Amino acid sequence: MQTPSAPTLDWRGGSASLLVAASAKAPLLRLNDFTVSLRGEVPVVRGIDLSLGRGEALGIVGESGCGKSLTWLAALSLLGQGMTTSGEVLLDGRDITRLSERDMTRIRGGRIALIFQDPSSALNPVQRIGTQLKEVLRLHRGLRGGQAQREALRLLDRVGIADGPRRLQQYSHEFSGGMNQRVMIALALAGEPDVLVADEPTTALDATIQAQILDLIRDIRRETGMALILISHDIGVVGDLCDRIAVMYAGRIVETAATRDLLTRPRHPYTQGLLAALPVLEGPRRRLTPIPGTVPAPAAISAGCAFAPRCPAAAEQCGRELPGLVLAAQDQRAACLRLGELPLPGSGSIDAAPALRQMEVPA
Amino acid sequence: MTPLLEVRDLAREYPVSTTGGVRRILHAVDGVNFSLERGRTLGIVGESGCGKSTTAKLTLGLLPATRGQISFEGAPVTALRDRHWRTLRRRMQMAHQDPLAALDRRLPVGPQVVEPLAIHRLEDNETMRRQKALALFEAVGLRPDLFERYPHELSGGQRQRVVLARALVLDPVLLVCDEPISALDVSVAAQVINLMQDLQARFGMAYLFISHDLKVVRQIADEVAVMYLGRIVEQGPPDALFHAPAHPYTEALVSAVPTPLRGTQGRIILKGDPPNPVDRPQGCAFHPRCPRAVARCREEVPALKAATDGRLVACHLASAAPAAAAA
Repeated sequence: MQTPSAPTLDWRGGSASLLVAASAKAPLLRLNDFTVSLRGEVPVVRGIDLSLGRGEALGIVGESGCGKSLTWLAALSLLGQGMTTSGEVLLDGRDITRLSERDMTRIRGGRIALIFQDPSSALNPVQRIGTQLKEVLRLHRGLRGGQAQREALRLLDRVGIADGPRRLQQYSHEFSGGMNQRVMIALALAGEPDVLVADEPTTALDATIQAQILDLIRDIRRETGMALILISHDIGVVGDLCDRIAVMYAGRIVETAATRDLLTRPRHPYTQGLLAALPVLEGPRRRLTPIPGTVPAPAAISAGCAFAPRCPAAAEQCGRELPGLVLAAQDQRAACLRLGELPLPGSGSIDAAPALRQMEVPA
Repeated sequence: MTPLLEVRDLAREYPVSTTGGVRRILHAVDGVNFSLERGRTLGIVGESGCGKSTTAKLTLGLLPATRGQISFEGAPVTALRDRHWRTLRRRMQMAHQDPLAALDRRLPVGPQVVEPLAIHRLEDNETMRRQKALALFEAVGLRPDLFERYPHELSGGQRQRVVLARALVLDPVLLVCDEPISALDVSVAAQVINLMQDLQARFGMAYLFISHDLKVVRQIADEVAVMYLGRIVEQGPPDALFHAPAHPYTEALVSAVPTPLRGTQGRIILKGDPPNPVDRPQGCAFHPRCPRAVARCREEVPALKAATDGRLVACHLASAAPAAAAA
């Protein structure tokens, strides 16, 4: 879908880190050194550089508190007054962080749509589904009356909700969790966005319903060419749907690569650790290799690599020096100072480097 | 030898009134049979509303059963909360999904691990109890200096370890775990799964492990029961079930596990939501969503019967046309 263009030099920092544009043209969406702090405290998102090509599906994975959701809520100015950001969020090359609330409203829902984990709380409980759909159609596409009604019906049909005329008259509590998420997707599609930001869209759903929703998103993307940012704690969900994955840890991106590369030859010790910690459904049953310790609180992150205290490959320099995201292989970047010294994981095996195998929970 | 735990025709019904004030019966659990040997792990998987958590509560006598028998170490389990039940409960413990909700937030965690010993009047004095609790702290990998900390001062993984320590302090022979790791992050979940395996190897208790996560259950269970709308539809060794599911519902569940790099070929996407347990379909409860259903499935409830490889399957088509091995 996207072709890698010539690498451009990153102007920040001493390390000659390289940014590869995700598209030959300018990326659709790009974060430049984006940071987020809440209530004037230490930043929770600590300098994100990321770009999304037109029609690309990018997965963001990480554990709770890594800032994966916060990044996108802040980028769309959805965190209210207590939040301060720095850096840029470029949509078609234009910084949207300085826009007025009025202009931002046109972008949210119009160019960039969002769906969340809990659809029933994202929907208005006292408004009919049809009212909510038609409001979006009026705001973002200027449709009214019969036109809006026809389009609302088409959207419900598109997301697999049968009996549209009756459903439009209903409230969200009359829908199941899976159906509400379909309604959310219909609302997102109503503005004909260029990109859908889906934050844990299937986490609250049962397995068979999750499969339905992932399948629906896949189909819609195939039809409309809409780009996708899929935020999830579940590397399986992200790997299922996305072309490329970015792994976040403690407010920074530690690795990004094409899905297959990230899963079969991860280069960052944290990515390797995450994959080794996952139980699998196939292959021999082996003892899991947990990552020792826990994620640090934002205030407790040291000057160097935030993963260093848990990293089996950490050296003395890791505690002092902040690693930049550097090219590890073609179209694969990792933020690790020891990248050159670590053994390459065997290609084709989803497994951790041998260095990661030693530490176990005390029995 | 009699199994540690034997459950026969277990059922739990709830009267509910639906819109319009019609009184109906909700069959949360409807005729479940299983047994569990000492030191073994039975996983129960299924989606929300399938009755897996109700089965756990019934097993412990936390909920009275509408029908059926539970036998634990040869003695019947009732929900009478009498002396007999209290004696039994010492030997069978429960670990919950949400450790923050399961712990008392106004009490340091150490005393909460000691508390069961005091309730059951097991160790003579406070010092002995404290020693025992500290030994369990060590067993679950908690530092002794966390003993006087409050639940909110601990991480999610540490809290789940406290819940495990508290469940184990009475030396139970059965531990019922309801989604014990689903609230934990990936890196920490692996720590707790390994810990549970180590504790089982060390202390020899059996686990009844309730989960919606097939991968976790495959990692930890010796045997798996798949539930759908209050009944077991397939039961057997995890690798047999997950690699070559015989019941179409198991097949759909396995197919629904998001697996990177698999592609969409041969993926089974079930239509619709699971039916409301109040309106359980006639015949096989799965037939409205089943891609293979035939006329017989709409009329006749399939019994859970042994297939050729010894697993149990409740499907009219299981012996006639076994489901293909999962791709």
